[in-house]
Amino acid sequence: MSDIKIPPGRVTPWHQTNWDWRAAGNFIGGGTGTGLLFFSTLAAGSADSYRIMALIALAFIGGGLTCVWLEIGKPFRAINVFFHPHTSWMTREGMVAVPVFLCGLAAAWFGGGIFVGMAALLGIVFLYCQGRILQASKGIPAWREPKIVPLILSTGFVEGAGLAAVLSAVLPGEGPRWLAGVLLGALILRRIAWTMYFKAVEQSGLPKKAMDVLRPFGAKFEMLGQLAPEILIVAGIFYGAVLPGLTLVAGLVAAASGWWLKYTIVARAAYNQGYALPVLPVRGQGEVKPGIKPGWTK
Amino acid sequence: MARYIMTVDLRRCIGCQTCTAACRHANATPPGVQWRKVLDIESGEFPDVRRSFVPVGCMHCGDPPCMHVCPSTATYQRADGLVGINYELCIGCGYCAVACPYQARYIVHKREFAYGDRPTEQEEARFDPNRMSVANKCTFCSDRVDLAKEKGLTPGVDPEVTPACVNSCIAGVLAFGDREDPNSNVSQLLAENQFFRMHEELGTDPGMYYIFDTK
Repeated sequence: MSDIKIPPGRVTPWHQTNWDWRAAGNFIGGGTGTGLLFFSTLAAGSADSYRIMALIALAFIGGGLTCVWLEIGKPFRAINVFFHPHTSWMTREGMVAVPVFLCGLAAAWFGGGIFVGMAALLGIVFLYCQGRILQASKGIPAWREPKIVPLILSTGFVEGAGLAAVLSAVLPGEGPRWLAGVLLGALILRRIAWTMYFKAVEQSGLPKKAMDVLRPFGAKFEMLGQLAPEILIVAGIFYGAVLPGLTLVAGLVAAASGWWLKYTIVARAAYNQGYALPVLPVRGQGEVKPGIKPGWTK
Repeated sequence: MARYIMTVDLRRCIGCQTCTAACRHANATPPGVQWRKVLDIESGEFPDVRRSFVPVGCMHCGDPPCMHVCPSTATYQRADGLVGINYELCIGCGYCAVACPYQARYIVHKREFAYGDRPTEQEEARFDPNRMSVANKCTFCSDRVDLAKEKGLTPGVDPEVTPACVNSCIAGVLAFGDREDPNSNVSQLLAENQFFRMHEELGTDPGMYYIFDTK
């Protein structure tokens, strides 16, 4: 957490200082890891390839959780994170992380079997928890929009499918050619989720500074993060000989754009609610006047 | 059961920040941490300009988002509506701070002093290491409120069991009491006046009521 000082009388929304790049790291690592854990079941060309992919996936998830551990004020009390499953999605994320690691490690050890499917499914639950963690952050308008959940889910799928495409190209055993189609499908899902999310925050209103981050980002993201990998895959489908190479590049771009998206939403667009008055009070001889909501688009 | 709330008469506030100072004195908060603060909001365009002074802080919500997200159950809600933090349980993850739509929570990692790099006598005497690197916020002076039963006093009426900010207010802006008691000072004020609650649309059921006009 940063030590940035906020002027005490500030009224308009300001950038929250409690969660920084380390929080973004958790969402990036968690999404990429769980997505890879899921898609490695399709992408691995051999048991050895699966083992490597699963271990890389667990490393991503573990890296993300380590980022969080580095951010909390009392790291040696981290065990207390498990105390509140009734309502806290952070507790639920922590609880799911344990079987994700156990099943993931068992799946990597055996190189197949029931643990593969269990790890993949538990990974999706973990990813869902991450989406709900953001949605429950009522103080941050860019996060509390409910459509952030499908966005986080689809971004995790893209990151996982992208990385699975890259790894299947470089690891022993040939991955299926239709993996390119799976990546394209994930990209289309993310395109829909991003569009829905952005429209929702435009309609409901956001702090102006958050929108000043998201609007220019969105324009670049749609070109570089969405359109570019989609074109690469479609081109590969039409010119089959170059499909593996283009899928590899598309996979890298797709995964990296997911990290860019999460860093932008979690670390850059995280402006808080600020203060607002539904009406202006009577003072002296004055009358009640319409209220104000400083620093907001609506 | 009681539901303790605070009313803020926006017609009366002059922005003197005495409540802020009283809170800091009562709760020994470090520089940069203001559990109670008064916003000075200028609005409108010349010649129709308004200046509003708005005391803010933890709203002790009836449905507190900070409590729901807390992974360690450090944030809790008492039967009388006050929202508190168990510093021994808190892991300082900051989730409550991003869940609070009132920017009412603070986490301090480094000890700082009002004057220079050494604590004053008061700062040294009141320093609480349990508050370092964990979330902290306004308690509605729950330690005072807790004395009410033992002493047979009424919070909001008897200064000894009333939050420091309310006691200190020179303009009679702040009042504290039981919303469930129709005869309490706050219930009377709300019955006679028009009021709003901040960011009520977020469904937090905030416990600070802002009076803006008579009925």
